[in-house]
Amino acid sequence: MSTVDLSQFKFSGLSRERIDDLSTMDETDKETLIMSGVDVENANRSGSFLQMDHSNVHCESNDPGVEIMDIKDAIAKYDGLSEYRWQLIDKDKDEFTRNTYENTHGGYFIRTKPGAKIEKPVQSCLFLKADQVGQNVHNIVVVEEGSELNILTGCSVAHGKTTGAHFGISEFYVKKGGKLTFTMVHNWGSNVSVRPRSAGVVEEGGVLLNNYILMKPVKDLQMYPTITLKGRGARARFNSVVVAPEGSHLDMGNRVIMDAPDTRCEIIARTISTGGTIINRGHIGARHVPSRGHLECQGLILGEGRIWAIPELDGSLEGVELSHEASVGKIAQEEIEYLMARGLDEDEATSTIVRGFLNTDIMGLPAKLQREVDKQIEELNASGAM
Amino acid sequence: MLKIEDLHVKIGDKEVLKGINLEIQEGETFILFGPNGSGKTSLLMTLMGFAGYDVTQGKITFKGVDITYAPTYERARLGVGMSFQRPPTIHGLRTGQLVQLCARGQGLDLPELAERVNFTDFLDRDINDGFSGGEIKRSELLQLMAQRPSLVLFDEPESGVDLENMQLIGKVCRQLLDGRIDAKPDQSLKEIREQASTSGLIITHTGYILDYVNADRGQVLYNGHLCCEARPRDILEHIRTNGYQECVRCLN
Repeated sequence: MSTVDLSQFKFSGLSRERIDDLSTMDETDKETLIMSGVDVENANRSGSFLQMDHSNVHCESNDPGVEIMDIKDAIAKYDGLSEYRWQLIDKDKDEFTRNTYENTHGGYFIRTKPGAKIEKPVQSCLFLKADQVGQNVHNIVVVEEGSELNILTGCSVAHGKTTGAHFGISEFYVKKGGKLTFTMVHNWGSNVSVRPRSAGVVEEGGVLLNNYILMKPVKDLQMYPTITLKGRGARARFNSVVVAPEGSHLDMGNRVIMDAPDTRCEIIARTISTGGTIINRGHIGARHVPSRGHLECQGLILGEGRIWAIPELDGSLEGVELSHEASVGKIAQEEIEYLMARGLDEDEATSTIVRGFLNTDIMGLPAKLQREVDKQIEELNASGAM
Repeated sequence: MLKIEDLHVKIGDKEVLKGINLEIQEGETFILFGPNGSGKTSLLMTLMGFAGYDVTQGKITFKGVDITYAPTYERARLGVGMSFQRPPTIHGLRTGQLVQLCARGQGLDLPELAERVNFTDFLDRDINDGFSGGEIKRSELLQLMAQRPSLVLFDEPESGVDLENMQLIGKVCRQLLDGRIDAKPDQSLKEIREQASTSGLIITHTGYILDYVNADRGQVLYNGHLCCEARPRDILEHIRTNGYQECVRCLN
């Protein structure tokens, strides 16, 4: 993994004007947002948050059950947010956490009311607009007891050629009986370096469903969110769909610590390299019984590229049930021939299989975003990269 | 419909088919018997044109077209359809989607066809993912009904199928071969028979399928050679009484 030279990026002076109505943004920016799952019409959303370069330019909630604020306002309003801020992530973990600690540009604070079931998703976008911008954000999500929340968050750059760096600290708190569905779509560019640092805890009976989609190039990205299932009966599920074209370097994965009895987790990552490098990590640790965890790292190399799957299972008590399946290979000839026997030529067969491999149905994406994802898969297929 | 002349096939260095001659007429159903490892499946795979089955000599003609070296999809588009014995699971590809793909843009009443093989509840499942023996057969038949081939290659329709499913599979197999998949309710039996032009090449071990389909001819494949042409029921009876060893004698 190449290092990120912080001196190459501008961490000050890129403030942006407020945007009251997202639909007034210029067409290219709008397009970029839509590709990240943001509905600029704000239809069917419980709220929206937009961070552009160093400023929070838009923040609103349409649902009294959920509070959405700029992190800086939340810090001011809630006495430094000491209950949540930097509680799961060590601010001295690395230069990126330190840099963000010292100079937080923004980020969201999203919190539900206890028992509130927020039907429509809250959408957020962290947007790099200026060239050479370095963006430090800190996000905190609190799902209070018995409440449910669905967050769609997209990260984008203005143009595929924009140079930039994004450092995002995210801390997730799912309290007793709460449920958080967190879907993240990354649309970076080939000159962007990305270092998310995320962690979360899920209390008794809580559920965290995490979806991640990356189909566009990114220079280098490193992330390894850690979720601790802290209470009895807590569950977590991670689904990732990742494509690395030539030039992309990804070091990514999920770690779940099952730190209570009756916990369950599933981590499923489907990765395709069409020339890039993917280090696909996964770690499940279990210290209590009963507990059950399953890890899948499936990788397809199409043409050139490298996929390095590192599945790890760490059980420290008799009776834990942990399993993993990992594969790195190409599309099975048997599958291609099966479809060819139905009349599909080799290209049709290949793209049908790739489309299936990258299938995101389980994520339950909103129709508009699903269409965007489908479109991106079609573009990958059409470009001949597959 | 199908004409195979002096077909020799190798898998790697091993010759598995050693000079096969076989002709199947339009509308005719041909039954292929033979012990395990005799080359039956290899013959079907070769007819479908799969990798690894190298034709070293001979010729396959289908509807007058030389398909000996044609790619699989061209054979499929010409009208060769195959029911797989152990089809692969394809993640994320829904059974219903694949059936649509099989139709290649022809009209298709998916719910109605699925109903016929009692497969409605499976249309949203990944193709072949965790399917039982009987479910695989029903799924394969459903795909073939959408594909409407003029020659059906069927590898052991009865394997892994319970009695109840066997009835259903046998019946649909028959409809497929009789051309009745497209039959309209107001057509007379005579008219339906006249439009039937589907041929079949069916591999069977147990012969259960003979209770359902109207099989015209049969032969035994033994050690890469075809022998003992007779009525399928007679062959079955013969094998039951005397075993396949008889065929060796017949060859000599």
